[in-house]
Amino acid sequence: MRPRLEIERRLGTSRRIMLLASILSIALALLMIALVFWGYGVDPIYAYEKIFVGSFGSIFGLSDTIAKAIPLMLCGVGLAVAFKALVWNVGAEGQLLMGAIAATGVALYVFPNSPALVVIPSMFAAGFLSGAFWGLIPSILKAKLRANEVITTLMMNYIASNLVNYLVYGPWKGLKEWGFPYTDKFPLSAWLPLLPLGTGRIHYPTLILALTLAVLTYVLVMRTKLGYEIRVMGENPDAARYAGMSYFKTAMLVMLISGGLAGLAGVGEVAGNPSHHRLRYPQGISPGYGFIAIIVAWLGRLHPLAIIPSSLLFGGLLVGGDAIQVSLDLPFAAIGIFNGVILFFVLSAELLMRYRVTFKWRREG
Amino acid sequence: MRMKGIVKRFPGVIANDHIDFDVKTGEIHALLGENGAGKTTLMNVLYGIYRPDEGEIYVRGKRTAIKSPKDAIELGMGMVHQHFMLVYPHTVSENIALGLSSSRFFFPVQEVEKGVAELSGKYGLKVDPKAKIWQLSVGEQQRVEIIKALYRGAQVLILDEPTSVLTPSEITDLFDVLRRIAKEGCSIVFITHKLDEVMEISDRITVLRHGKVVATVEPYKTSKRELARMMVGREVLFRLKKKPVERGEVVLEVRALHALNDRGLPAIKGVSFIASEGEILGIAGVAGNGQRELVEVITGLRKATEGSISIRGHDVTNCSPQNIIDKGVAHIPEERIRVGLVPNMSVAENLILKKYRYPPFSDKLFLKIAFIGQETEKLISEYNIITPSKENPAKLLSGGNIQRLILARELSEKPCLIVAAHPTYGLDVGATEYIRSLLLKQREMGAAILLVSEDLEEIMSLSNRIAVMFEGEIMGIVSAERAEIEEIGLMMAGAKRMTAAGEGSP
Repeated sequence: MRPRLEIERRLGTSRRIMLLASILSIALALLMIALVFWGYGVDPIYAYEKIFVGSFGSIFGLSDTIAKAIPLMLCGVGLAVAFKALVWNVGAEGQLLMGAIAATGVALYVFPNSPALVVIPSMFAAGFLSGAFWGLIPSILKAKLRANEVITTLMMNYIASNLVNYLVYGPWKGLKEWGFPYTDKFPLSAWLPLLPLGTGRIHYPTLILALTLAVLTYVLVMRTKLGYEIRVMGENPDAARYAGMSYFKTAMLVMLISGGLAGLAGVGEVAGNPSHHRLRYPQGISPGYGFIAIIVAWLGRLHPLAIIPSSLLFGGLLVGGDAIQVSLDLPFAAIGIFNGVILFFVLSAELLMRYRVTFKWRREG
Repeated sequence: MRMKGIVKRFPGVIANDHIDFDVKTGEIHALLGENGAGKTTLMNVLYGIYRPDEGEIYVRGKRTAIKSPKDAIELGMGMVHQHFMLVYPHTVSENIALGLSSSRFFFPVQEVEKGVAELSGKYGLKVDPKAKIWQLSVGEQQRVEIIKALYRGAQVLILDEPTSVLTPSEITDLFDVLRRIAKEGCSIVFITHKLDEVMEISDRITVLRHGKVVATVEPYKTSKRELARMMVGREVLFRLKKKPVERGEVVLEVRALHALNDRGLPAIKGVSFIASEGEILGIAGVAGNGQRELVEVITGLRKATEGSISIRGHDVTNCSPQNIIDKGVAHIPEERIRVGLVPNMSVAENLILKKYRYPPFSDKLFLKIAFIGQETEKLISEYNIITPSKENPAKLLSGGNIQRLILARELSEKPCLIVAAHPTYGLDVGATEYIRSLLLKQREMGAAILLVSEDLEEIMSLSNRIAVMFEGEIMGIVSAERAEIEEIGLMMAGAKRMTAAGEGSP
């Protein structure tokens, strides 16, 4: 007797199977990472306990988790729209930074003395436009020069990152910051209000914005003409062309939405995160939210509403990562391994969704 | 090879209902039936793509479980699918080397190339081993599929609708090849719904209807009429009644049109013709003589390099596809699943593929889901689309129903011009008859129809005038009443050209 895998194509993928595949891929990833912990000489169960308690187990941990989930949710929902249309935006990180720059410009230079009711909406509007603009450049390059958006969006990240560096070391360098690469603190009117909960880091206007936009994006994809075009283009680009849909028009709108949402995330970070309230060097603003959001989007199977729990999970991982770093003396890079392994399993689970895999014992001979 | 009591169920249907089927060594066994009768499902079970819910398969007397195409290939089966399973950006040889267990890890293609040349020489299956698949015509792609199966040493060769894309002379060649293969001891399963071919080539015929075997007969003991009755379950009209329709105003005018193919070579070289209201203009010709490119240029999917196209007097040369759709041009595409359908989306969403833009299907921003639902129900019943529901993914429909869906979408908007490319390719007698009658009805309603087909009988029976294309040129345009099949055959082969002053000018 020996085991044998049998693979048969599925006729359709039900929601139940998608959920099962997502859960299974996380479970397998956790198992895999347990081996890494073990190899590092750390008891995996103890490590997971630390991560879980650190991120979800207390009101302090939970509030940090939600705070970190906010930018992931915004970027993730935007990326899901792009990926659904087969537009491969890997530039959410740069689009987020552009949003942060725009918010800083508004807070420090455009409306330094205006009331919050003026400053805060203007910051979000400017952040959206700035992120959208950053997303639009690659799609124009694609339309005019057929430049692959994977390369261009990726490269735009570096430009945005260096632009932030230039600003905080150069013209926007804070006068009261003793030479640190920071801008001055925003005026109080530009600080987003915080929920007095746990560590008090949840800037709720951004959270409400993110949740609302997740729902609106769901409506956009399922109920609007643009959403229909996005889905047709993603399922069969040839049929989209045949039906008279314009790839470039749709791709541009998609990049606009995708970039804009990432831009909003950037506004939330600089104006909402109580440890910022200023622009600082790029790694200080975002520990790679724009990249982690790629995994968030895929784990949510590109479904805007499923991205809400998916971003919470990854927010928790980031917080838990801090926890194990402190209590187990593990390098922060361990979280990078986490993310990589989870993405690997999430993408592998595609196979399970498209094929029925059964495990059978077969007699020899 | 013997299959016993095969049952395969799909959600809502039994595709195969206790089917017994066997093939003897060196035999050509035809599997006859309408689309959706379960022929392809049965062969997919045999080839290991589906697993049967019940039933047994014996190969050379031994009970076998075929669990994947790999098992099937190891057992000496080869399959040429109706929708070709080829990797488009790769070359012929690369496609044949793909998945070959014996191929080397490095440069597997070189050794294959020799074998391909040998096989194609031996059986007269002419194809360039270095050509890329996407550059080939449908007919050539099929040859690649046959060579692929032979290269793997197939003992049982399954051909799913192999002749639908071939010209009469190519069919004769194919039949010679098949007879030669059978003589060498290879068994052939020949899936078709064309009665003439069945009578000509097969040693035995098994007729399927609604997933059941109606009968297994020998061709000399039956007749075409009897087979048709067994297949459809009723008498079939072989001749369509064409009502006389007054030719009206000119709808489509094509002038000195030039265009390139995917390889950047001239595919259309100075084509001119007109099509008027109430007229079907047939475009006959062997696949790969510029018909595909012509259809694409007219529908805006390909750029014209020279010349002009106008619809109802408006110049639409190199306009966007949407512009041309808005002018009232319907397009029934050649590759209906790859181009004409979004397989994973629902029947309803496929039906609005072209009209979602405008009221009443949508307002400025939103789709009108309720209205779309009503319209879908209406079209499903009007065009007899068999589907469990309007939310069902379109890919689960049978071939005939997919084409009904596409026609429902294209024809329901009262088009002034219908560009129909191979509208009945691969469909069964019932669906073919239905599609043809729909086209004739549109003609009666005053549409101009451009009918591109390789099925000469179809062209002859539907068209008012027939244009023959050869190597990107129109060899002549003749009226259907005066057309002789030999003359058209000669023009298709490029052996005859009519003077431009003849029937060609309106």
